[in-house]
Amino acid sequence: MSWLDVFTQSFEQMLGPSAVFYCLAAIGLNVHFGYTGLLNFGQAAFMMVAAYALGSMVATWDQSFWLGILVGFGGVIVLAVILGLPTLRLRADYLAIVTIAAAEAIRQVLGSVSLVEYFNGQDGLFGFQQTFENLNPYNGSVGFTLGGFSIHWSAYDFFVMTVGWILIALSCMIVYLLMRSPWGRVVKSIREDEDAVRSLGKNVYAYKMQSLTIGGLFGGLAGFMTALAHNPSPSDFATDTTFFAWTILLLGGAARVFGPVAGAIVFWFFISGLDLFFDKATSDNLIPDAIMDANQASLMRLIVLGLVLMLLMIFRPQGIFGDRRELAIDAR
Amino acid sequence: MPDDSPMPAGTTAAAVAAVADFNAEPGSPKADPILTADNVSRTFGGLKAVDVEHVEIQRGIITALIGPNGAGKTTFFNLLTGFDRPDQGSWSFNGADISGQPAYRVARLGMVRTFQLTKALARLTVLENMRLGATDQRGERLWGSMLKFLWRDQEASITEQALELLDRFQLAAKHEDFAGSLSGGQRKLLEMARALMAKPELVMLDEPMAGVNPALKQSLLGHVKSLRSDGMTVLFVEHDMDMVRDISDWVIVMAQGRIIAEGPPDTVMGDARVINAYLGAHHDAELTIEDEEQILATAQDELTTGQEDTP
Repeated sequence: MSWLDVFTQSFEQMLGPSAVFYCLAAIGLNVHFGYTGLLNFGQAAFMMVAAYALGSMVATWDQSFWLGILVGFGGVIVLAVILGLPTLRLRADYLAIVTIAAAEAIRQVLGSVSLVEYFNGQDGLFGFQQTFENLNPYNGSVGFTLGGFSIHWSAYDFFVMTVGWILIALSCMIVYLLMRSPWGRVVKSIREDEDAVRSLGKNVYAYKMQSLTIGGLFGGLAGFMTALAHNPSPSDFATDTTFFAWTILLLGGAARVFGPVAGAIVFWFFISGLDLFFDKATSDNLIPDAIMDANQASLMRLIVLGLVLMLLMIFRPQGIFGDRRELAIDAR
Repeated sequence: MPDDSPMPAGTTAAAVAAVADFNAEPGSPKADPILTADNVSRTFGGLKAVDVEHVEIQRGIITALIGPNGAGKTTFFNLLTGFDRPDQGSWSFNGADISGQPAYRVARLGMVRTFQLTKALARLTVLENMRLGATDQRGERLWGSMLKFLWRDQEASITEQALELLDRFQLAAKHEDFAGSLSGGQRKLLEMARALMAKPELVMLDEPMAGVNPALKQSLLGHVKSLRSDGMTVLFVEHDMDMVRDISDWVIVMAQGRIIAEGPPDTVMGDARVINAYLGAHHDAELTIEDEEQILATAQDELTTGQEDTP
């Protein structure tokens, strides 16, 4: 691997399937947190329900792919209502506690031995993407060569990316249309002060429930794309999935339509760039073994990521797209 | 908005004049009550914060709710507007029972409140704050919200109405600023103007003068009076006695959760029960040396017997 590959492979990752589904998950979080002020620390739960509904409907119960998609959306709505019913009347922190616990509980259940005949335990589900694969118009590898840069994706990855980025564009449009409307105004006002909104005759509880469901549906889209990009297993939906999505949202800028898109692109470029850089540097002995070996190098990206996130919060808390004027105002 | 207010401005004078005939006793009946409450009580642990037997609020006038700190005024406000739930009690607005109704429904019926700690929506512009106040907006429903043509016309008329109100409250120049950048007094004005966007019949102001500088106070007073001349009923909680004397037509006094006196401002402020509630029953009696010694002796006695009794 050359240093040029470090760059081109990072570039491929920047637009690749992972960026796609983390971007969709972050768009959902943007509706929750950026606009409504709901603290959802269990976005992975929404992804998981959608991914597993699709996978198990096809692989376990032999139903059609499209029915799987429908069941996935239905499952997400049910999950949003179950999570919202007891918590949305309470202070914001309760939703955070319940969502993070629910995400872990669902992950443990789906990976459990007793349900192995339905969800295949820790190995996850596979072999249900055929309907989607049949729609793939691409062959071989797709990409371009520009000067010395050769950037290519496999045909299937590129198909996932095509569908994914179209979904992202549609999602951004939906978020834009919602948030410029009076509905969006109510939701943003709830973020600022829900008692004020209540005193003006708006049913805050219903609005929060709608927002939780809509954000969850974007999470569901992220789940479908995860399931289609590779075989979903419980480890794909651990808590760090949710926190990567949060990082992307804060990096791009909350309460901005394109915040999650910019965040996902920058995040995946750097996270894979850092990984490849330290891998290359240790294998070339640019960094001697006495300091770091190849195994340790694989963890460096998370250390640097944490540092970058801290610096970002200190020096540019509004993210890439955020509005500094808004931030200058003490919201409390 | 005098044209669509519930009562033409001409009858305001009549409503104010009618006050003279009311019986100045706690819980006295009014000629045309807009709000009536019966046996409302709320306890926090062992403390009975609110214990109101009966109260009526006359339509079309400005009623002040006063009382020393901890008298339960704000709690009573919270109960009536659905922001808190009572242990028991019932109350009705315009004759319809609204006890236990959630806050948003109370507001939709035309009973809109403001808060002691101003709740401006900081990261929304002043104009957006105002627009939020309008009720029955088509675009606030999820399904219609994405289709702008459904709510464009309504939004335009709401904006027009908002700008008119902002003009009246001297905030028109700030309509594009974030509400969070306003001063404390301007936020009070904005909150009042925003409440008017909901076209209320009864405006409930929780300490509208708290933290407002004296210059702005005068203009706020004028605004509160103008609500009455527009045909609205005003009920407000306030500590500023000058304001109470200046603008209220009727005063209700609360102490320790109960209503202890009612009446026109001048009568109420001379009422012995009210003075006692604020200053203590023996505030004007001088303390002699003999009295002092006696109090000390009693206290000493209590202390020593208390120690012996302790197992």
